[in-house]
Amino acid sequence: MEFQIIWFILWGVLWAVYFMLDGFDFGAGMLHGFISRDETEKKIIMKTIGPVWNGNEVWLITAGGATFAAFPTTYALMFSYLYSALLLVLFALILRGVAMEFRGKEDSPGWKKGWDLAIFLGSFLPALLFGVAFGNIFQGLPMDADGYHGSLLYLLNPYGLLTGLLFVLLFLVHGALWLTLKTSNSLSERAAGLAKKLWFALLLVAVAFLVHTYFATKLYANYLGNYVLLIVPVLAVLSLLGIMFFASKGQYLKSFISSCLTIVLVTFTGVIGLFPNLIPSNLDVRHSLTIFNSSSSIYTLKIMTVVALIFVPVVIAYQIWMYRIFRQKTTQLDITSEKEAY
Amino acid sequence: MDALALSRLQFAVTSMFHFIFVPLTLGLSILVAYMESRYVRTGDEIYLRMTKFWGKLFLINFALGIVTGITMEFQFGMNWAEYSKYVGDIFGAPLAIEATVAFFLESTFIGLWVFGWNKISKKLHALSIWLVAIATNLSALWILLANGWMQHPVGYVLRNNRAEMVDFVALITNAYGWLKFFHTVLSGYVIAAFFVMGISAYHIIKSSNLDFFKKSFRTAAVFGLLSSVLIFIVGDFHAAEVAKTQPTKFAAMEAVWESQKGADYHLIVVPDTANERNVVEAIGIPGMMSFLAFGYSQAEVRGLKEFPADGRPPVMATFLSFRTMLAFGLLFLILTFIAVIISIRDRLESNPAFLRIMLYALPLPYIAAQLGWIVAEVGRQPWIVYGVLKTSAAVSKSISNTQVWASLIGFTLLYGFLAVIDIYLLTRNAQKGPDNDLSAIVKTAGTQEV
Repeated sequence: MEFQIIWFILWGVLWAVYFMLDGFDFGAGMLHGFISRDETEKKIIMKTIGPVWNGNEVWLITAGGATFAAFPTTYALMFSYLYSALLLVLFALILRGVAMEFRGKEDSPGWKKGWDLAIFLGSFLPALLFGVAFGNIFQGLPMDADGYHGSLLYLLNPYGLLTGLLFVLLFLVHGALWLTLKTSNSLSERAAGLAKKLWFALLLVAVAFLVHTYFATKLYANYLGNYVLLIVPVLAVLSLLGIMFFASKGQYLKSFISSCLTIVLVTFTGVIGLFPNLIPSNLDVRHSLTIFNSSSSIYTLKIMTVVALIFVPVVIAYQIWMYRIFRQKTTQLDITSEKEAY
Repeated sequence: MDALALSRLQFAVTSMFHFIFVPLTLGLSILVAYMESRYVRTGDEIYLRMTKFWGKLFLINFALGIVTGITMEFQFGMNWAEYSKYVGDIFGAPLAIEATVAFFLESTFIGLWVFGWNKISKKLHALSIWLVAIATNLSALWILLANGWMQHPVGYVLRNNRAEMVDFVALITNAYGWLKFFHTVLSGYVIAAFFVMGISAYHIIKSSNLDFFKKSFRTAAVFGLLSSVLIFIVGDFHAAEVAKTQPTKFAAMEAVWESQKGADYHLIVVPDTANERNVVEAIGIPGMMSFLAFGYSQAEVRGLKEFPADGRPPVMATFLSFRTMLAFGLLFLILTFIAVIISIRDRLESNPAFLRIMLYALPLPYIAAQLGWIVAEVGRQPWIVYGVLKTSAAVSKSISNTQVWASLIGFTLLYGFLAVIDIYLLTRNAQKGPDNDLSAIVKTAGTQEV
């Protein structure tokens, strides 16, 4: 297999894993102000993601780094064309990171309220904007020989916003299920109830997204050319239904796993549809950025493949180990015994 | 200002801000890991309290280092797209490796360390902070190998309108990158040492938690002296490497205008950049500059006039930053030497004047590190990749002045806000002193083996 294709798949995997992991952080971050009844519950919610969110976010850094190393032209043009949108993502992520660490360092209600707002915005904005960005990538960006002809407002087109909404709802359901699993008693029950309610909204938006995708993008062309590939979107839909199937039976771990699969498969549905483009041009296909015209040299791709084959499994291994250490539900006891964090 | 000037200013602001937090992380992670290891080995609770107290300050600082680091990765693409396109084939690799090999390790184990007090064994807990310390230093290695390549590009050919990597081993064995790595992490160790000594001095002056802070001070003093000695040795090699590979930077650092054999080193120099000469050159040591640069006193040092005016860096900024950094380096050597002697003889309380000096010296290594980066980056101009790509050709073509103005203002406001919060939290927690009630941790630590 050509190295560009290996890296295209890895590129998809990095984004998919990033959305799957930071997705529940975003979900929990968006929900924590609304679902909690008091400060203790807020602390519990923050503590469910406290140990892991940092490690989850590195998947984004790695996705960015991998794009730089494997497809430098795409990296350069994507980041400079989407300057203002990415700046907003960046500011939001900075705010979230600082808020997560600093919220518990003071006891005054004003201090906590301010950081709560930062956590909400720092979770909601990236969720929305990643969706908007990917929606626009699916649709293609207005680029030709003269460069880029879009703007921040251009990105906020109906399809981009719909994809943004899809991401927000995916992460909300994902986060609510995470909280169902990681907390107990009434907080867990409320989270479960909310996950089910939000799921209906997610279903509606997902259907709208699939239909709109047919009109707004060329993503389906690859599937019509090779029916075997259809298994990915079909499984995505089945996983989406699985979320509710298991949740309604009270099997929340299975429901959460379905939600993980949904996020991964939805990402791959888009990524497969893009192939061999990384960013299609909607003005002139000759100026689409493909994995072949924007990649690094084969030598660099080989080096990076060796690095990835050695270290990515190691990372996955210790991250799974880490999740196992923190597998128990977070309770009130946890937050009183450790005042350092949250 | 145009998009180029604004992007340069923005990169300077964001990278210098980032580098307020990174060096303390580099050094303090090692000190905290050492303290926790001592606790595990001796069982002495004072080390646990030290771990907790310095660990808390470490975490406040760590958070800002992480979040301001994301900015750096984004900016290469956002503002420097032409650069990224041109050198991404070789520059992207160390960045991606840094994320895969170091960031994951650092970010995963910091979570385990912060939240794992009651969940894992004492040994594993100490191991996790060691892994954080190793990972931060490892990440410095990869980013400095990348920067080392910008300073002294190796292992590439110009092909397909870009620089393509042909020798990965050359990239990772680039002497420039390694010297820069050691020089940079050692600057972080000096910063951490002065940070711990400064705050300890504050408490010793006020006679609060004497044992605790005297012990902290002594640990930091030894670490600081070792680092100050090593940074001088490494710095010397580093300057020689610069002389060999970046003649324009070296000439600007030393304000050498005319090429000369057997160049003297003048302790006092006042450059006159308009007339391309030095107004004052006093107290010369014969042949010393040639010796420092090339190892023998008759070697030829190339002067700035040998290069076209548009191929030279800003001389004044490079020269002054270098000289001041050097003077600071000497000062740190003297201060840490005295600190070690006084603290080992247990005479700290009876030397309040020295303690006051150490308190006020806390920011100095920070300034020295920033000056060092000015030498490195301003001194490399007009090149972004020395001899290969000019900075003026590296800026993104698609960004407008308005966009960069907006982002620069945004960064200034956001970072200003973060700086205020950070200083507030650090000062408050540093003044508060250690928490003496460790019952919650001690009771359960080590009971749940994993």
